[in-house]
Amino acid sequence: MTGGSFAVQAENLGKRYRIVRGKRRVMLRQALSDAVTSGLDSIRLSLDPDAGKEKKSTRRTFWALHDVSFRIRSGESVGIIGPNGAGKSTLLKILARVTAPTVGKARLRGRVGSLLEVGTGFHSELTGRENIYLNGAILGMRRREIECKFDEIVDFSGVEEFLETPVKFFSSGMRMRLAFSVAAHLEPEILLVDEVLAVGDAAFQQKCLSKMGDVVGHGRTVLFVSHNMAAVRALCQSAMFIDRGGIVYSGDVNGAIQQYLSQDTRDQSQPLEFERSPSRRVQILSVSLEDESGAVSTSLPHDRPFSARIKFAVRDPVYRGHLEFNILDDDLNAVATVRDVTENSESLISRSAGTHTYRLRFPTPSLIPGRYRLRVRALTRHKSYTHLLDEVNAVWPFEIYDSGSLLSRMNIPWSGKVILPVEWDTVEHEEVGSP
Amino acid sequence: MEAAARTPQPQSALDELGLPREIVLEPPKGWLSLRLRELWAYRELLYFLAWRDIKVRYKQTVLGAAWAIIGPFLTMVLFSVIFGKFARMPSDGIPYPIFSYSALLPWQLFSKAMVEASSSMITHQNMITKIYFPRLFLPASTILSGLVDFGISFVVLIGMMFFYDIQLTWRVVLVPVFLFLAIVTALSVGMWLSALNVRYRDFRYVTPFLVQFWLYATPIAYSASLIPDQWQFVYNLNPMTGVVNGFRWALVGQTMQLDPIFLVSLAMVAVLFLGGLIYFQRMEQTFADLV
Repeated sequence: MTGGSFAVQAENLGKRYRIVRGKRRVMLRQALSDAVTSGLDSIRLSLDPDAGKEKKSTRRTFWALHDVSFRIRSGESVGIIGPNGAGKSTLLKILARVTAPTVGKARLRGRVGSLLEVGTGFHSELTGRENIYLNGAILGMRRREIECKFDEIVDFSGVEEFLETPVKFFSSGMRMRLAFSVAAHLEPEILLVDEVLAVGDAAFQQKCLSKMGDVVGHGRTVLFVSHNMAAVRALCQSAMFIDRGGIVYSGDVNGAIQQYLSQDTRDQSQPLEFERSPSRRVQILSVSLEDESGAVSTSLPHDRPFSARIKFAVRDPVYRGHLEFNILDDDLNAVATVRDVTENSESLISRSAGTHTYRLRFPTPSLIPGRYRLRVRALTRHKSYTHLLDEVNAVWPFEIYDSGSLLSRMNIPWSGKVILPVEWDTVEHEEVGSP
Repeated sequence: MEAAARTPQPQSALDELGLPREIVLEPPKGWLSLRLRELWAYRELLYFLAWRDIKVRYKQTVLGAAWAIIGPFLTMVLFSVIFGKFARMPSDGIPYPIFSYSALLPWQLFSKAMVEASSSMITHQNMITKIYFPRLFLPASTILSGLVDFGISFVVLIGMMFFYDIQLTWRVVLVPVFLFLAIVTALSVGMWLSALNVRYRDFRYVTPFLVQFWLYATPIAYSASLIPDQWQFVYNLNPMTGVVNGFRWALVGQTMQLDPIFLVSLAMVAVLFLGGLIYFQRMEQTFADLV
């Protein structure tokens, strides 16, 4: 590779979205009546120049991506990290040609494969075999190519016996495996991957990661968006840290990760609020942690109770939806997960529209001293397939500090991450020397 | 060395696709970049999408292929009893059941495509927001899958023609031409409606009305010869008038005249198709943001 040969080049890329407040969709009836009223307005405007002002303020735009320029050499694998809503996925969507940039230009040299989601276009009525062909074609493979790799795909997925079974009878794990196997055998020169490993069990994630390692090893250009820092470290030679629609840092992986993690460790005295996007059916509005007294805090003693507060809006109740709350460790792996559904109670997400606030009270003690972050997701399970409605990831960095525990006094190191409320019952006891 | 065996040859596959090696992504501009070459390169996907629609449809329904026959056949029976027998509508000298059924075939292809194509973007929003492919294939595949229904119903028509002892003429060679016109018309309307459906979410309330309205504006239950001469031009502005009349004339219309005014319908098909293609391709880049 000569220095001048690039695979991806972006020049001043930008993407602007329009937020129309109050109404979710553009309606024909609205457009027609707007056409009539704007006709009237223009008459009114010519008489009264102030009349149009309040109308304009209801339409807002924001730049999801702004003035982004970079070059990626062919054969390089680059991680893209950053907080939620930073513009990572927008960047990938532009490069994948799903959406067009508002300004700027990007050049891609070579066959592009994109993996913004695993199993796009899967149809639950079709069998495993049929879905391999369909999904392959959607990903851009030719029929002959799929035929060639068919056995390999089936082998990798490990769902051989169910090849003739409709996918609707597959467990979500099997489905993921099959879908990823197809995607993994797509052999583009430039591969764009978005957080596809977010769902699925740990063992399978591991398998996917090693397959991704293969891809990287074969000299292909990879752009990899992830919240999993360990994966970025393992797979990427360099990384970009993106925040608020722009590139903040671009260079070596560790530098980017450090930038990212140190970005928001400042004290938080207010609940963290998120950009409202009215098109989402469910949206997480704010997240915060509170100490025992109810004060917002980012530093908590390990032996006192604390609680989390999640505010969210349900615009349209979602069948089988639920909220998932994770505590993440420094590498952004989940160390604890709780959900708001039980055997006999449905999630608020599927019950009622409106704005709700949950308070999650944590038992004492629950976490060992260390640094953590939060993740909240709104999910729905549809035909054994998990779909992400909204997500705030790696937010609210906080610290659990040791407030003089017995362990620290005895100088015994903590280990693990989570403290379980275990009762030590003595069920048998024999005195030494008793008869 | 399993890994080595899997070494890709992406170059060859790419060259075969006939796509340029460098892709430039820019804000949408210009009116007339129809990207026809790309449609050709992706043609296999069109085939897979149509194949999927057909498979799914016949898997989900117990009656399967029978539905393709039952729908137009029962409509034909109803029309024959009400309009043919009771109202004694003139049918250009063709037995009324043949008269209406031969028109219901292209109509069924058209109306089904219209309904399904118009919602195709919404049904596939998950695909549209996650991966790139020519969006045109979504409405197009619904039409291709409708061809299977058409084929099945066509066999029934052949049977009916034997029963009523209708002789074929040289004009039968024009049947594929009119079938092609029906497909193009359906695709044109499908392109318009699917793009409008993404733009305006309440457009789906318009579609059923449009189908019904269009049915009465097309010579299916009645003969086009009922329309007074001074209205024939306006009447033929409906592209389906020409398509249905032509199809009927080519297949069973020995006793029927094809008024040259049907060329107006043909011109309308061309206008609708080109307009639809341009509108659709222009809207295409914004679909992922709007859907």
